[in-house]
Amino acid sequence: MTPAQTRPDGAEAPAQPRSKTDLFLSFTWLALQGFGGVLAVVQRELVDKKRWLTRDQFVEDWAVAQILPGPNVVNLSLMIGGRYFGLPGALAALAGMLLAPLLVAVILAVAFSSIAGAPAALGALRGMGAVAAGLITATGLKLIGALQNNVMGRFVCWGFAAATFVAIALMRLPLAWVLLGLGSVACLWAWRCLGESLAGNKA
Amino acid sequence: MSITLHANDWLQIFLHFLMLSLLAVGGAITTAPDMHRYLVTQQAWLTDAQFTASIALAQAAPGPNVLFVALVGWTVGVNAGGGVAAGMAAWPLGALGVFLTMAAILLPSSTLTYVATRWAHHNRERREVKAFKQGMAPIVIALLIATGWVLSAAHDNPERDWRLWLLTLVSALLVWRTKLHLLWMLGAGAVLGAMGWV
Repeated sequence: MTPAQTRPDGAEAPAQPRSKTDLFLSFTWLALQGFGGVLAVVQRELVDKKRWLTRDQFVEDWAVAQILPGPNVVNLSLMIGGRYFGLPGALAALAGMLLAPLLVAVILAVAFSSIAGAPAALGALRGMGAVAAGLITATGLKLIGALQNNVMGRFVCWGFAAATFVAIALMRLPLAWVLLGLGSVACLWAWRCLGESLAGNKA
Repeated sequence: MSITLHANDWLQIFLHFLMLSLLAVGGAITTAPDMHRYLVTQQAWLTDAQFTASIALAQAAPGPNVLFVALVGWTVGVNAGGGVAAGMAAWPLGALGVFLTMAAILLPSSTLTYVATRWAHHNRERREVKAFKQGMAPIVIALLIATGWVLSAAHDNPERDWRLWLLTLVSALLVWRTKLHLLWMLGAGAVLGAMGWV
């Protein structure tokens, strides 16, 4: 294998985009499937099918995309595109994510006045919304396996996950508080565990 | 509705959205309340119904939720171009609205993301970068599951909504356990909804 073919970070994802055009078209295709949120589609297409990212890499990238300001999946597309082709790759993925859906949305907005309030249209939206809620839940369930290799250990991970679920789903605390509060405790704990595992490796 | 926007007003919109971009932690939709306050309540550049329709349409359309910002920009532009009654004559200003709002909401956050992730990638072996990724993993996974919960709990009448919850549960199980294409499930949801079965 020539150096050009290895992944820039040497990780184990078995495939990668062939070109910036490939990035653009792939992101266009997955954005156009993303009714009620693109994340579930990104996971299915890029991790399960194309294998551009491992499950662990996806979770790591998603954590970063989530914590930085801006639309999460837009951040994610910038990160994935940038990893392979630098700034041009980031822009190709971003354009793929936004251009075609933008056109569709504006066309819908223009057409909307004629069908606004039709019961069948409203019902279809309701049904698609329920499926979309299921898709996003399943994406979370599928990623639980990524916690197996976590340095904090399984029980601590489950504890942080349960606390997050309670805070967001049941107590309805603002996301920023949860990310800052629970997030910083979890990162400090992981920092500590990483120190121990380094010391363990040396011993 | 029909409004008049001067160059300075467009500049104000651009600057306001630039600021919102950096506040959009947790997704663009978290800025919707402030966008509403500024555009609907304070400036009256679009109506409450137009604002709500922009969000609903963007969620129904494929693609990232941030597209609701483009539709808000489109509607403000069309309003400035004489309103819906003006027909295609209002579209150029609508397009200007899309361009300005999307550029403003994306530029600051995307620049920050690109620079920050390049840095993190070059320093991925550092202990603090690893600690961040490992520590955040259980939290972001739980956030996804919680999001599904929050979306379902918005429908809170068990007698009327139990079929909706069942649909959510079944689609979650199908995505989790099978390789069935997501579009089939979304299509089935749309059909069930349009027929009035859920």
